Amino acid sequence: MRPFLIAVMVLLCSFSARAEEVVADMSSRTVEITANFDGSDILIYGAIKGAKEDAGLAPLDVVIAISGPAGPVTVRKKEKRLGIWVNRESVKVNRAPSFYAVASTGKLEETLSHIEDVRFQVSLERAIYSVGAPEEIEHPEDFTEALIRIQKKKNLYQQLDNSVSLLDQSLFSTTIDLPANLVEGAYVTRIYLTREGEVVSKLATFIDVRKVGLERWIFDLAHDQPLIYGILSLVIAISAGWLASAFFRYLRF
Amino acid sequence: MQIYLPIAEVSVNAFLLLGLGGIVGILSGMFGVGGGFLMTPLLFFIGIPPAVAVATEANQIVASSFSGVLAHLRRKSVDLRMGTVLLIGGLVGAAVGVQLFAALREMGQVDLLVKLCYVLFLGVIGGLMFFESLKAIRRSKGDYTVPQRKKHGLVHALPFKMKFRTSGLYISVIPPILVGLFVGILAAIMGVGGGFIMVPAMIYLLGMPTKVVVGTSLFQIIFVTGFTTLMHATTNYTVDMALAVLLIVGGVVGAQIGTRIGARLQAEQLRILLSIMVLAVCFKLALDLLIMPSELYSIGEKGGH
Repeated sequence: MRPFLIAVMVLLCSFSARAEEVVADMSSRTVEITANFDGSDILIYGAIKGAKEDAGLAPLDVVIAISGPAGPVTVRKKEKRLGIWVNRESVKVNRAPSFYAVASTGKLEETLSHIEDVRFQVSLERAIYSVGAPEEIEHPEDFTEALIRIQKKKNLYQQLDNSVSLLDQSLFSTTIDLPANLVEGAYVTRIYLTREGEVVSKLATFIDVRKVGLERWIFDLAHDQPLIYGILSLVIAISAGWLASAFFRYLRF
Repeated sequence: MQIYLPIAEVSVNAFLLLGLGGIVGILSGMFGVGGGFLMTPLLFFIGIPPAVAVATEANQIVASSFSGVLAHLRRKSVDLRMGTVLLIGGLVGAAVGVQLFAALREMGQVDLLVKLCYVLFLGVIGGLMFFESLKAIRRSKGDYTVPQRKKHGLVHALPFKMKFRTSGLYISVIPPILVGLFVGILAAIMGVGGGFIMVPAMIYLLGMPTKVVVGTSLFQIIFVTGFTTLMHATTNYTVDMALAVLLIVGGVVGAQIGTRIGARLQAEQLRILLSIMVLAVCFKLALDLLIMPSELYSIGEKGGH
C-alpha cells in the first residue's frame, strides 16, 4: 500500500509540475522603425496555468529576457602612449546582442540560480559570449564589463530587477522600453517561470523589429545598389546647391 | 522632432541637425570655407558614428561647394585648367584615402588618425592665419609693403610646364598634382573638402592670384568630395542620405545668410575670427587626446557591417 501511495504522489507531483505552465503575449509583435521612430514600449503580459497552491511551496518568480540580433564586437582599451590616449589592447567578443533587457520579479540572482543561468544564459554577463581573449591580456573580464557598462549607459542593455509585477501568483506583466537606437532583426523574447531559482516552465517567442517605408528603401538601396545610391546622393546635393544659389539670386533681383 | 537615420542607425533631433547645418553654413558663408572641419567633429559629438559622419559630410560639401562655385563661374574667377590639374591629383588621393580609411577602421585606429590630422592641420593653419592677420592689421595702421610672392623657386624649375591663363602662370604641373593628391587623401580621411589647406597652398606654393583661388578650390572640391562620396558609398556603405539632406538644407540657407554678414566685416577681422575658431576646435580635440578619458574602453564596429 505504502509504495503505491508514494508512486501516486510522485505521479501527482510530476503531473502538477508539468501542469505549471506559462502563457504570454505582448502588446505588439512587430516594431516598425519609421523616419520619426524614437523608441517603443513593449508590454509583455501573461498568466501561469495550474499554479500549485501549497502552503509549503516557495512562491513563483518570472524572468523575462529580450535579446536583439547578436554579432561579434571588438572592445578596445585606451592607453597613454607618447603623451596621448590611443587604442591599444582589444578583445574580440564572439557574440554580443545589440540589445538586451532582462526583467524579473525579484533580484535576478535570487530569482534565477547560478546553474540555471549558465544553462539558459539569461543574465547580461551570460548573454555575452566570449571564447577567450588573447593571452597577453591580463584581465579579459574587464573588457566584457566595459561592454556592459557602455551599453547600459546607452540604454541598450538593461537589467530590470523587481520590474515584473506578479499578481496572485498567476498574472504577470512588465513593460520594456526599447530605445530609439535599435538595430533591425528578430528580438528573441524568453519567459522563464522559476521557483527557488529553478526553472519550472519556459516560453520563447520573438518581436520583429524592422525598418519600413523610406527608411527601408534608403537602407536597401545603399546596400543593394551602392553605386546608384551614391550617384543619387550626389544628384540631391548638386540640385540642392543649384536651387539655393538660384533662389537667392532670384531674391536679390 | 526625432528622426531615425537609416544608415547611421541612430535617432537624433531633426531640428538639431538643421540648426547645426545652418550655423556651420553661416560660418562657411562668412569665411568662404567649406565648414567640413567644423561639421565633422560636431557630428562625432552628437553621436553619429565617425565613419558615417566622414562619408556623409563629403556629400554635404558637394552641395555647398556647388552653390559657391556657380557664383564664382559667373564672375569668371575659376581657373578651370588649374582646377582640372589639381583634380587629377585629388582623385588619386581620394581613392588612396578611402582605402587607407577602410584599413585603419579595421585596426581600430581611425579615430586617432582623424583626430591627429585635425589637431595638426587646424593648429598649423589656424596659428599661421592668426599671426598673419595680426600682422596685416598692424600693417594697415602704418604703411605696408606687399609681401614678395612671385619668386622663381622650385615650382619653376620642374618639367612638364603648362600655361594657366586665368591665373597668369606658366609652371610645371607636378606641384599642383601633388597639392591635389595630398588634399584628396585628407578629404577622404577627415571628411573635409580641404579648402582650408588648399587655399594657402595655392597662394603660397603655386603663387596663384588670390581672386581665382577660392573659386578654383571650390571647383576642385566638388569633384573630389563627389568622388569620395561615391567611394564611401560603394566600399563602406556609410553615406546617410537622410542625414545629408538635413545638413544640406540647413547649410545652403545658412551659407547665404553668412555671405551677407561676411560682406559687412573687414577682411582682416574675418580672418582673425576664423583663425580663433579654427584654433578653438583644434584645442578641444587636442585636449581630448591629452586628458585621460572618463571611459577607457570603446566598442568597435561590428564585423561584416
